[in-house]
Amino acid sequence: MPIDVHQLDDGAWISVDDTREVNVGDLWWLARQDCCPCEMADFLAEGFVEVGVDPPAIEARIAGQCIACGASGVTSWLAVGRVIDGEFHAVAPESVHVPRRRTRLAGPE
Amino acid sequence: MPSKVEGWKDEVYGEEVREHLFEFAEKGWEAIPEDEHDAWFERFKWWGLYHQRNGQESYFMMRIGTPNGVLEPGQLKIVGEIADEYARGPVDNPEFGGAYCDWTTRQSIQLHWIRIEDVPDIFEKLEANGLSTIQACGDSWRNIVGCPVAGKDKHEHVDAWPIAEELHEEFKGNEAYENMPRKWKVSVTGCDEGCGQGDINDLAFEPAEKEIDGEETMGFNVRVGGGLSRKEPRFARDIDVFCTPEDAPKVSAGMSALFRDHGDRDDRFNARIKFLVDEWGTEKIRETLQEEYIDYELPTAGEDLREDYTYNAGRQDEHGDHIGVHEQPDGNYYVGLDVLVGRMGAEDTLELAALADEYGSGEVRLTQRQNVIVTDVPEDDLDAFLDEPLLEEYSPDPHPFMRGSIACTGTEFCSLSIVETKNRQVRYARWLKDNVALPDGIEDFHVHLSGCTASCAQPQIADISLRGMKTRKDGEPVEAFDIGLGGGLGEDPHFADWIAMRVAADEVPGYIQNVLAAYEAESADEESFREFIAARGPVHAQHEDDVVPLRRRGRYGRPADARPRRRHPDLGRRLIREHLRVRSDRRRYGVG
Repeated sequence: MPIDVHQLDDGAWISVDDTREVNVGDLWWLARQDCCPCEMADFLAEGFVEVGVDPPAIEARIAGQCIACGASGVTSWLAVGRVIDGEFHAVAPESVHVPRRRTRLAGPE
Repeated sequence: MPSKVEGWKDEVYGEEVREHLFEFAEKGWEAIPEDEHDAWFERFKWWGLYHQRNGQESYFMMRIGTPNGVLEPGQLKIVGEIADEYARGPVDNPEFGGAYCDWTTRQSIQLHWIRIEDVPDIFEKLEANGLSTIQACGDSWRNIVGCPVAGKDKHEHVDAWPIAEELHEEFKGNEAYENMPRKWKVSVTGCDEGCGQGDINDLAFEPAEKEIDGEETMGFNVRVGGGLSRKEPRFARDIDVFCTPEDAPKVSAGMSALFRDHGDRDDRFNARIKFLVDEWGTEKIRETLQEEYIDYELPTAGEDLREDYTYNAGRQDEHGDHIGVHEQPDGNYYVGLDVLVGRMGAEDTLELAALADEYGSGEVRLTQRQNVIVTDVPEDDLDAFLDEPLLEEYSPDPHPFMRGSIACTGTEFCSLSIVETKNRQVRYARWLKDNVALPDGIEDFHVHLSGCTASCAQPQIADISLRGMKTRKDGEPVEAFDIGLGGGLGEDPHFADWIAMRVAADEVPGYIQNVLAAYEAESADEESFREFIAARGPVHAQHEDDVVPLRRRGRYGRPADARPRRRHPDLGRRLIREHLRVRSDRRRYGVG
């Protein structure tokens, strides 16, 4: 079943199946990230610049700032939630997340 | 590939949204299909409706566009009545009560807690009285701003009010310009104080003179591509075009068509015309305007009046914000009243409308500093007007911290915001007023508090710029602010330098106190705060990310007998090191 994902209100929201699900303003713990030199970035989400689906995960690239070192940047793809049985389940931003470069490419494996 | 929003706009946008809006209103909130919420909420913006943040489902912010901030006689009463009847939330705001109006930095009006079912009745009442929400939000011509006393100002070079009215009539509801790649903000001002804030608009007409066919002609120079949002602030750039008042609609049409046709519809983050000006440069903008959109020879720019600008110009001699009592050219007076953070209760709004009727012509105007102006008060009635009890709350002679406070909507209603704003700035202003002495002679001191990088409170052009952030205290996330210093407009506009990042909200007033103590102790006679910061601050960043952070050590210990202000040698960064710092164990001020 297709999942409709997009950003809204100048990147303030991620909408999943036309419901606003993930908002800016949360602090995300990010490990193995490339936005700043911190081993663990304490990353304030200021805007969602790209959103995508890698079933069942809903992913986004987030613009923001590490409040530990002050560096600004855009994360690699980060799972912000999953759709299971048609229902969106958000991840907990306060747990540790590992952004990744997208590995699932357009071509068949 | 066009963005998702462009797809929705292709299906339904502009005037036709109204028909759907009314259909939903008749059937009720539940009639909006859940899987179409996002599309409809985006489209409703064109008619001035912005869905409030999550947790406030079915409630909208409604924006009423009042060109140049002019509310003609009788209109403020209507706004107050609508606020009283329709803009009531489930609980009272602790500072402002149950129903209120927000006067915005673009001379518009915002009401909250509006239900879609009430929209047709509200529209009927507004439109019967010459008001409208048309294109108040969305990707189109927004409310046209300018000098709030256009036509009633002794400092006027050209009366820009008829031009603002003409542009409003021409471009609101005009099918050719109803679907732009992004918002389109226009300023037209003819006064010599710079209060139209053209420098931060997409398209700005600012007063100028030029000799044409042997005659000195008064008109406007044209600037393009200003804006503050997204950590990408730009001042509007001079495209070397002069236009007469008569030609302003032609140039407006040409520029907005150029943006409509060449703006980026694939990436909304890159869509504003400031980015097109970055990419093309002003020469190509002018050339394209001339060749593709204008059917007469555009004159080159005339002589501007920017050296006379006093509004938010970082000078101490005049402040130009229209607060106080000012004589009009016709011998009557206008009285500018301070509205702290631009929010006024519905009852007070109705009272103000009654006073404007009683003492003036009934006209009320809104400023870009979120304040109100009652015009056309005869000299004989001035004293009685100034004695009215309402003016104790909305003063024509406010304390500088009250006068200088601006705040956006914030997390109370806005999805974009990261922090609480209006109530917080009220608390800040009161605390600063009670606890911080400003150096002698300082009547203007601007503190602009914005909840996020969208910059609706215009933080980059304030003495103290506050931009919402988060930080941690004892491991817990708390609201915080990035703090910038020394921004402003005037002849030589300058964006604030971001000096301290992620200062916890409860420590911000103490930070401001330290900054002002340093200013008092170290500034030269007649040196304005902005000059003081410019002379000693960090290297001016070209981009906001190029911040030079302060060292944080030792709390500034201001001597009990503060030193007299004195002329100084170049103190360089010593002042920054010695005075503008915040201890790691900063004391709490209890006003977060």
